[in-house]
This record gives sequence, structure tokens and C-alpha cells, in this order.
Amino acid sequence: MDYRPEVISKMSALYAAGSGSFLKDSPELFNRYRESAFEDFKRLGIPDRKNEAYKYTNLETFLNYQYQEYYSPLPADFREAEKFHCEVEDLDVWNMVLLNGFFPNGEKGLVMLPGGIWVGSMKFAVKQFPALMEKHYNKYVENANDGLVPLNTALATDGLFIYAPKNTVYTKPVQIVNLLHSDKDIFVQDRNLVVVEDGAQLSLLVCDHALSPQHFLTNTVTEVYVGRNSRFDIIRVQNQHNNSGKMTHTYIHQERDSYASSNNITLHGGLVRNATWHHLGGENAETHSYGLFLADKHQHIANFVKVDHVAPNCNSTQLFKGVLDDNASGAFNGRIMVHKEAQGTNAYQSNNNIILSENARMDTKPQLEIFADDVKCSHGATVGQIDADALFYLRSRGIDAREARLMLMFGFAHEVIQNIPIEALRDRIDNLVHQRLRGELSRCASCAIQCN
Amino acid sequence: MKDNFLLQIKELKASIDNKEILKGLNLEVGYGEIHAIMGPNGSGKSTLANVLTGRDIATVTHGSVTFEGHNLLEMSPEERAREGIFLSFQYPIEIPGVSMVNFMKTAVNEQRKYHGLEPLSASDFLKLMREKKELVEIDSALTNRSVNEGFSGGEKKKNEIFQMAMLEPRLALLDETDSGLDIDALRIVANGVNKIRRPDTSVIVITHYQRLLDHIIPDFVHVMYDGRIVKSAGPELALELEERGYDWIRKEADVSEESWTTDQK
Repeated sequence: MDYRPEVISKMSALYAAGSGSFLKDSPELFNRYRESAFEDFKRLGIPDRKNEAYKYTNLETFLNYQYQEYYSPLPADFREAEKFHCEVEDLDVWNMVLLNGFFPNGEKGLVMLPGGIWVGSMKFAVKQFPALMEKHYNKYVENANDGLVPLNTALATDGLFIYAPKNTVYTKPVQIVNLLHSDKDIFVQDRNLVVVEDGAQLSLLVCDHALSPQHFLTNTVTEVYVGRNSRFDIIRVQNQHNNSGKMTHTYIHQERDSYASSNNITLHGGLVRNATWHHLGGENAETHSYGLFLADKHQHIANFVKVDHVAPNCNSTQLFKGVLDDNASGAFNGRIMVHKEAQGTNAYQSNNNIILSENARMDTKPQLEIFADDVKCSHGATVGQIDADALFYLRSRGIDAREARLMLMFGFAHEVIQNIPIEALRDRIDNLVHQRLRGELSRCASCAIQCN
Repeated sequence: MKDNFLLQIKELKASIDNKEILKGLNLEVGYGEIHAIMGPNGSGKSTLANVLTGRDIATVTHGSVTFEGHNLLEMSPEERAREGIFLSFQYPIEIPGVSMVNFMKTAVNEQRKYHGLEPLSASDFLKLMREKKELVEIDSALTNRSVNEGFSGGEKKKNEIFQMAMLEPRLALLDETDSGLDIDALRIVANGVNKIRRPDTSVIVITHYQRLLDHIIPDFVHVMYDGRIVKSAGPELALELEERGYDWIRKEADVSEESWTTDQK
């Protein structure tokens, strides 16, 4: 039986019940789009496997679940979050903890970092930078045929705002630790906006953790504007428990001579789907999309990437890898679209997967659509086992079979990790991946909270 | 009790996909000896290297192999390596994402653990790497990279010898280590082998050509043909083969095969 109409009616009830409170508490800019976004959601519905972008990803287990409404954080939840402390050796970052997509209240709602970069809550940002928000909010999303994106626009009440004004450079990465903690099963909709103006530089590290064992579903929409001759790097480290579902939709809009990279490292999670859209809107822009996941048990991890070459002479690369064990499943859907005007395009895509068990499954679908004639494009996908020649080579040097397998898997994963632009973070993630491959729980050593 | 031979192969038969490749091979290698195995393509030289190192592509159907009196065929590839068998691969494998340093550190320490020794400290390990790199004249930068990744043919072969220097084997098998090497690289590789050898280290050189044997001088030269060693002599045999090719060996072997089968009837 199709579960989706029921979810839509649940969402409609949620929307109707909550609209009084979030209409009152939300900025006019958010409210302006809600009604039509919710209509879009109802029209597009919940993507099912007939939808090309979700062909191999079944959302039912996580969407067809009774979640409680959650439009504003409870003070008690914040007290729990305050206990969380994350410190990465040698990694000097500016750090902020978000709870269920919300900022701690009070003065920290919006802060300026040395160098002139602003970090804070969307709600505060609307007050402080109305014109900027007006210009960028809800401008880069592509609803396409994914109802979950307008659902976020309809229901989100806050999220992360980062603004790097013209020519500002912040040398440290900005780290956002996104915690999920609640005594109820909740559906979180956070809405984020990053604006990197001309000549500015910013790197953003987002770490996701689920602290309490409740069921969580997160539907995150992030819009990123990367101005002329600017640079933006985002690294996501996703480490949540198996009752936790996470869907991200990230839209990176690039102007000319800009550089952007996205790296999604998925260590753990019941269901994770990362959709990353790269829009190369100005000449001579460069973009890189990376992803790595390690899945076991009944986890499902999917990556959807679309690189839109709209302007001429842009370069793009995609490198996505997965390691699957037990009954885990994974999907890769990567699409390069070269528009008619985008002459001189270089676009590369690669997806490689290792399957460790008989019951694990990986579906991969690399796609190219080219409407220009002067382009260089390539794509390739592999699904295989650990290379027997390489395994023997290591064993012939005295390394036992189990250790040799781990080294090979680690080497396989490291090819993605090595693209992370911050060395200390690279080492840190190498370590987490090592632990994960050894079957230990990837946990930050300095983290006091022992999550399951 | 020390065995008379480091390696003793008796009547060894092995098949790949039910096709018999080794057809009753005998070989005895004493301590500190250098043996060269020559022979035409398809005679089973590489299969022998696979069987000795535990690669599971070939199945042993008959015969025995002992290493210092122990049954080698019962050991896993890693045990054989820790016991002191080293294969310099004909085609070394590229392993992206695995650094040379991590690879060698793991290999050296696993070997030490096997022999009841403490793992090397990071600084002792790096010191050892430095020494061995100098010994085998390998470019320093190579060890900062992933295992063999993007190495030229010559660099790969030098890297094999470097690994050999790090692991100090009792028995080194050089499987066509000379193929694809220019004269300078050949000299470096051969000198490396000579410098690494301790008096009781034995070496089996598998090659098609005399030129490597100018540098690594064998005590014995064996000719392999159709899965067996059909002729053994001193180093002068290699020179004769270089001059005359293998045809006369083939003829000799086929004749004796015929007379042997006739005798059986």
C-alpha cells in the first residue's frame, strides 16, 4: 500500500496545527514563501522510486513514522547540549553548537568573528541584514520534482546563517556541531544560508551527532552563494545512530572565477541521503564534489549530485566512494549537465564502491547530458570486492589477512579524505574512518558524551 | 636442529584450473646459496614463485616443500613472509591510498611481533627507513607516496628491493626483477641485493637473461622446461643458454621424456 498520502495528510495536520505559532515567531521573509511551498509539497508529494533521483532509495521506514511537532527548542534540551564539548587536536576552529537545528538563544544569536565574518541564526540575520536575506533566501533551491525541498521551506523556522562580506578572509574553519537531542521522536527541518561575497574565503565544517536514542528525521536545506573570485569549502561529518534519518539538500551557486568544494563523510546513520547541487553560473569557476560512506547492518546511504555547467570554461570533478557490509545498501546518482553555452567545459565523475558481504547492495547511476560541443567529460563507476592482487601483495610482506583488508579499505577511503583542505581535520577523519572500519564506534576521544 | 637445506622441494606438482603446470619439480637450496632458474616462457617459473609464497591461484596436487624442515605448504602467505620468504614481484601492485611508510611500518612490526620482539618506535623506524633507502639508492620522495602508485617500472623494481632490505629475508625470490630495467637501474637493483645479503641469506633468481647474473653471480643455474627442472649446472650454463637459446634444452628434455615413457611400456 502506498504510505505517502498518509504522510502528506500528517504533514498537512502538522502544518495547520503549527502555523499559528511559527507564523507569529517567524520573519515575514520566511512566511512569505510558506503557503506556496506547502502547495508545491502537496503537488510534488514525497519522492518514491518512480522518481529518477530516488530510484534506489526508499524513504518509507523513516518518513512513515509518527514524529512530534518541533518548531522551537526547549531550554532543557539546550542544557543537555551545553555539556557537549568537541575538541580536535591541532585543529583550531571557531566552534558553535546547534541543537536540533537551532542556535542557543541570547546574545550569541549572531556574532561577528575576527576578520568580519558573521555567524548566527537565520532569524537574527533577517533583522540585521534584511536586504542581503531578501537577495539570497530561497533563490538557489531547485524544487525540481522533490517535494521534500518545499516541505522544508514551508516548515523551517530557523537555521544557520553565515555571511562572509566582500574580501573577508577567515583563516580558521568555522565548525558547526549539529546535535540532535530530545525526549520525543522529532522531525527537524533546518534551513541554512551561506553567503560568500566577491573575494571572500570561508571553510565550513559541519558535524552531525544524535545524542539521545529517539527516532530523528532531519530534512536540511542549505543554500550557498559563492561570489566572484571567492572560495568556499564545506566538509560534513555525519555520525548518527541507526534510528536517525538525515536528508540534506545543498545548493551551491557559483559566480565567475570562484572555487567551491563539498565533502560529505558519512560514518554512521540509519538512512542518509545527501543531495548536492553545483551551479556553475559564471565563467572560469571550479567546483569539486566528494563523498565517502561506510555502511553496515541495515543502513542505507545515498548520494545525489548534480553539476550544472551553465557558463563556459568551468571545471568540475566528482569523486564518491562507498564501503558496504552486512545488509547495507547504497546509491549514487550523479549527473553532469553541460548547457549549450558552456563551451570549454571540463567535467569528471567517478564512483567506486567496495562490497564486503553477499547481502550488501550498491546501485550506481552516472549520467552525462551534453548540449555544447567543445567539452571534455568523463565518467565511470565500479562496484567490486577488495582487490585480490593487492591483498596478496600486502600479505606477502607478512601483514595478516585481516589487517591487510583494513589497510586496503582505508586506502580506498583515504582517496576521498585526502581532498579535505585542512590537514588536522584530514588526520582526524582518517582516524574516525580507521575506527569505523575496525568495527569500533567512531567517537571523538575528547567527547564526554558516549552516544550509541 | 638445523636442516641441511634452507629450502627443499620434492616432486612438486601444481595445477591452475585443472591444468598441470608444475610436473614433479625437485630443488634443494642450501644456506647462503644463489640459484638461478632460467627457462622459456610458460615453463612454470612464475607458478613456482606463486606456490612458494602461498598465492592461491595454483593448487598443489603432489609433493612437498619444506623450509628449514617445516612444511611450507601449510603456512599462510603472511606466515611464510614472517619466516623469512620474500618475493620481489614481476609486476609490483599499485595500492592507492596506502602510504609506503604505513605499509612498511606494519610489515616490519608484524614480523617483529612474530619473532617475539617489541614494535619499533616511530623514530627507530624512520631511522631504519633512512638507512635502507641509502643502501638501495632509492629516491627519498618515493617513500612519501602511496605504495607503487605512479612509480615508473624501474622505481617499482627498486621499491621491491627496498622492501627486501627492510624485511631482511632468509630466502629472496627475484621474479624477473631485471625485466624492463635499463643498465643503471639493473646495476642499482643488483647491488642492492648483494648489499642486503647476509652470509646465510639464500636467493633464487628467476630470469630469462644472463645480464642480471653478471651482477648477482649464481652458485647454480637450473633450466626449467615443461614444469620441471631439466638441467642444473654452474654459472657457465647461463652463458651457454645466452648463446644457444633454449631449443637444444627442449630437444634434450623431449628425448629423455620419450625414452622415459618408452621404458615404462
